[in-house]
Amino acid sequence: MYSHLLSEFTVQRMDDRCIRCQVCERQCPNEVHEYDKELDRMFTYEEKCVGCQRCVVMCPAKALFVRSHPSEYRMNASWTRDKFQNLKKQAETGGVVLTGSGNDKPYRIYWDHMVLNASQVTNPSIDPLREPMELKTFIGRKPDTLKINMDGDVPKVESELHPNITLKSPVLFSAMSYGAISYRAYKSLAMAAKEFGVMFNTGEGGLPVEMRKDYASNAIVQCASGRFGVDQDYLNSAAMIEIKIGQGAKPGIGGHLPGEKVAQHVAQTRMIPQGTDALSPAPQHDIYSIEDLSMLIYALKEATNYEKPVSVKIAAVHNVAAIASGIVRAGADVVAIDGIRGGTGAAPLATRDNVGIPLELALASVDRRLREEGIRSKCSILAAGGFRCSADVLKAIALGADAVYIGTAALVAMGCTLCQKCYTGKCAWGICTQNPYLVKRLNPEITSQRLVNLLKAWSHELKEMLGGMGINAIESIRGNREHLRGISLEEWELNVLGVKGAGE
Amino acid sequence: MIPEKDIDNCGLFGVMDTSGRRFGGEMAVNAIKNMKVRGNGLGGGFAIYGLYPEYKDYYALHIMYQDKNMSAKRKTEELLTENFYVVYDEEIPTNPEINVFSPPLVWRYFVKPQKKSEEAHMLDDEYVVSKVMHMNTEVEDVYVFSSGKNMGVFKGVGFPEEIADYFMLEKLYEGYIWTVHSRFPTNTPGWWGGAHPFSMLDWTVVHNGEISSYGTNRRFLELHDFYCTLHTDTEVMAYAVDLLMRRQGLPIEVVSKIFAPPMWNAIERMNKEEKELYTTLRMVYAPLLMNGPFTVVIAHHNEMIGITDRIRLRPITAGAKGNLVFLSSEEMAIRRVCPDLELTWTPAGGEPVVARLNTEDHLKSLNKSI
Ligand code: SF4
Ligand code: SF4
Repeated sequence: MYSHLLSEFTVQRMDDRCIRCQVCERQCPNEVHEYDKELDRMFTYEEKCVGCQRCVVMCPAKALFVRSHPSEYRMNASWTRDKFQNLKKQAETGGVVLTGSGNDKPYRIYWDHMVLNASQVTNPSIDPLREPMELKTFIGRKPDTLKINMDGDVPKVESELHPNITLKSPVLFSAMSYGAISYRAYKSLAMAAKEFGVMFNTGEGGLPVEMRKDYASNAIVQCASGRFGVDQDYLNSAAMIEIKIGQGAKPGIGGHLPGEKVAQHVAQTRMIPQGTDALSPAPQHDIYSIEDLSMLIYALKEATNYEKPVSVKIAAVHNVAAIASGIVRAGADVVAIDGIRGGTGAAPLATRDNVGIPLELALASVDRRLREEGIRSKCSILAAGGFRCSADVLKAIALGADAVYIGTAALVAMGCTLCQKCYTGKCAWGICTQNPYLVKRLNPEITSQRLVNLLKAWSHELKEMLGGMGINAIESIRGNREHLRGISLEEWELNVLGVKGAGE
Repeated sequence: MIPEKDIDNCGLFGVMDTSGRRFGGEMAVNAIKNMKVRGNGLGGGFAIYGLYPEYKDYYALHIMYQDKNMSAKRKTEELLTENFYVVYDEEIPTNPEINVFSPPLVWRYFVKPQKKSEEAHMLDDEYVVSKVMHMNTEVEDVYVFSSGKNMGVFKGVGFPEEIADYFMLEKLYEGYIWTVHSRFPTNTPGWWGGAHPFSMLDWTVVHNGEISSYGTNRRFLELHDFYCTLHTDTEVMAYAVDLLMRRQGLPIEVVSKIFAPPMWNAIERMNKEEKELYTTLRMVYAPLLMNGPFTVVIAHHNEMIGITDRIRLRPITAGAKGNLVFLSSEEMAIRRVCPDLELTWTPAGGEPVVARLNTEDHLKSLNKSI
C-alpha cells in the first residue's frame, strides 16, 4: 500500500442490516472486509477497495455501499485527483503506473455526435417483425468482377474466389488471450461465438488443444510478436489468422503476462515454461517493412494452404490510412483497426491515455483512402475499440467497416464492472485472473448464454434501425455515409468523417 | 427558378415489338397519360430504339444546351470536331406552339470516334463513354441526353405527353421499343437533364422508387470509374447496368439477382450449384444490391427488361399480345392501349421480365408470377 494517499472508495456497511454472513469477506479479492469473531464485527480496510462492486451485489442483506470517497484534495483544475495521486505513487516507487481496461478520458466519442437516418413516406421503412432482415456478413478479399459461364442450366462462377469467413451478424469477439483472461472466460467466448455463428479471437495466448476440434470454425487465431502457441496445427485450427502489429489501448507497446498468471495449462498452451513472464515485444522482429509483412502474410497463407483469410491488426495512429493501404498491398485480406478506446488487461497509463487516435476518424480515413486507391474490395475492414451498443456498430458500418470487434462490451456482459484492475490478477468476477478460487465464479454455460443474449439483442436492434432506413440487408448500409449526419462537430471533423452536418 | 413539386409518385411504361417492327409513339403516350396522377408535370421522357436506321452505324448524340447557351454550344462543337467525325447534325425539331418550362436548345449529332494515337487501343464504346462523361461533368450548361446508336432519348420538364408534343414524337418518329417515365427523380430539382430516361450509350433506364442503398452503390461504382454527378438514385442504376451488362458482359438473368437477390433463407434451400452461385453473387456484388422500393425498365438494343425490388414494394405489371410485350406501373395503362391483351402478370420481386427480339423469353417470368 502507498502512504499518504487518499482512499479512492469508501465502503459503508449498514450495521443493522448486516447479518455477519461474511459473504463480502469471501467475495472481495482485495481483502477489504474482515470478520472479527470475538467482537462479532465486520471491519473494512477501504484503502484497498478498487470499487469492483462484487461485495455489494453479492451481499444477501443489501447492507453494503461502495462509492467514491468523499475526502477530496483542494479543488484544482490543473492538478486533478488522478494526476496528483499517480504522481505520489511514482514518487514512492519510481515505476510506471499500470492500468487495465480502456481509455476513460473524455475524448470526443464521435458515435455520440452522429445520428442515423430513417425513411418517411415515399421510401417506406421496413418492419423487421414481418419482413426478413439480413445481417449475414462475409469477411475477406473479394474479386472486382466475376467471370460467369452461362452455358449450362445454372450459370457457373468461373472466377477464383479468395477465402472468406461468414458471420451471422457483423459483431465478433476481440482478441483476449488465454492467460490474460481465465480459461472459463475464454471458453465462454468460444461457446457463444459458435452458438451464434460469429467468431472469437484467441489473442496471442494460443488455443488450448482440447478446444481445437470443436471451436476451430469460429476461431480467429493470432500470430503476435511473441509467437506464443503458434505452430502449424494452431494455424490450421482456425477460420482466419490475424497478425497483430498493434493494439488500440497501447500502440507501440508489447504484451507482458506476469509469471504468476502463467499456470501449468497456460504455459502448455503458450508453449513456454510454467511461471515465467510471457513478454511479447512491440515489434515483430522479422517485420521492418511492408515487404517483410508481406512475407509473413504469405508464409501464413502457405502454411494453411491458402484456405484462410489473413488479417492484420493495427492500432489507430496518425498515419493510419497510408499504413492500411500498405497492408492491403502486402496481401492482407482484412485490416483490423483498433482505436484509442480499445481495452487491455495491462497497459502503462501514460500510453493508454495519450497514444493513438479515435477509431471513428481512423476508420473513415482508412475507408476513404482504400476507395481512392481502388483497393477497397481487396480487403475487409474490422473496426475495434470501445463499442458500447448496437448503434455504435451500425454507425461504424455506415462509416465503412465490414464488421466490428467487441472486447470490453463482452467482458461487461460477463460481469466486468470496469474497475480497471485487470493487471492485478485479482478480478473479482473471475474474468481476468488465473486464481482458481476466483475463476470458479464463472460458469461457461451461463456466461456464454449472457454473451449470446448480448449478440441477439444487438442484432435485433440492428434490424430495427436498418428497417427504419428502408434497408433489409446489412450490405446496403456499408460505407453508406448518406445515412449519417454529424451533430455539434466542427467542419474539419465532418470532413475527416466524410459526413454531412445534420439538416443538410 | 426551380418549379415546385407537389405530388410524389412516378409512372413508367415500356412497349416492345419482339419482331423488330417499328411503330409510332401513340401507345407509349396514351399509356402514360392514363397514369397522369403518378406524374407531377416536372419531368417526363421517352427512349426510342430503332430510331435512326439511316444513321445506324453512327453514335447519335442528343445534347442539350441549358438556357440556350450558345457559347456552350460552340465549346461543345469544338470538342466534338476534335474527337469525332461528325457526319450530320441538326437542331431537334420542336413544336413552338407547345408551352413548356424553360426549354433548352437540343441538338443531335451523328458521329464516329476520331481517336488520337494514344487512344487507339480504346474500344469505341469506352471512348464515347469517356467523352460523354467529360462533357457532362466539365462543360457548363451542357448535358448529353443520349449517346447510343440507332436510338435516342427525348426528355424535359413537363408531363410526358407535353414533352411528346413538344418534340413531336408521334408525328416524326418510329421505333421497336418505346419506354417512358412521368416524373423527375425524387429529391432533386426539376431540370431538363434530370428527367428520366437516364442513358449511357444505348442503355436507358427509367426508374420508380427510392434506392436507400444509394451511398453504398455510388461508392462501389466510383471504384469502377463511374462518377455520379446528378445526385439521383437512378443514375447509379444506369451506371450499374452499364458496368455489369456492357463492361462485364453479365446477362440480365444474373444482373437482376445482383440488384434484387433472393433472401438468404431462400438461398439456404437451393440445390448445391445454385446455392454456390447465389452466395457468390451476394458476396462479391453486395455493394450493388439495390435496397429500397424500385421498379425499373432497362432497355438497350434488342432487349427491354423490367425488374422490381426483392420484396416488391413497387410491383410491375407485364402484358403480352402477339409480338407486343408491355411493362407498366399499372395494368390499367396497358389495357388502355391494348384492350384485348392475351396475358397479364405480376412477376415476383427480383424476377426480371425480359423481352428480346425474336424470342418469347418474357414468358419465363410468367410461372414465377402471382
Ligand atoms: S474491492 Fe470490490 S469486493 Fe472488495 S470491497 Fe471493494 S467493491 Fe467490495
Ligand atoms: S475484467 Fe475484472 S479486473 Fe478487469 S476491469 Fe473488469 S472486473 Fe475489473
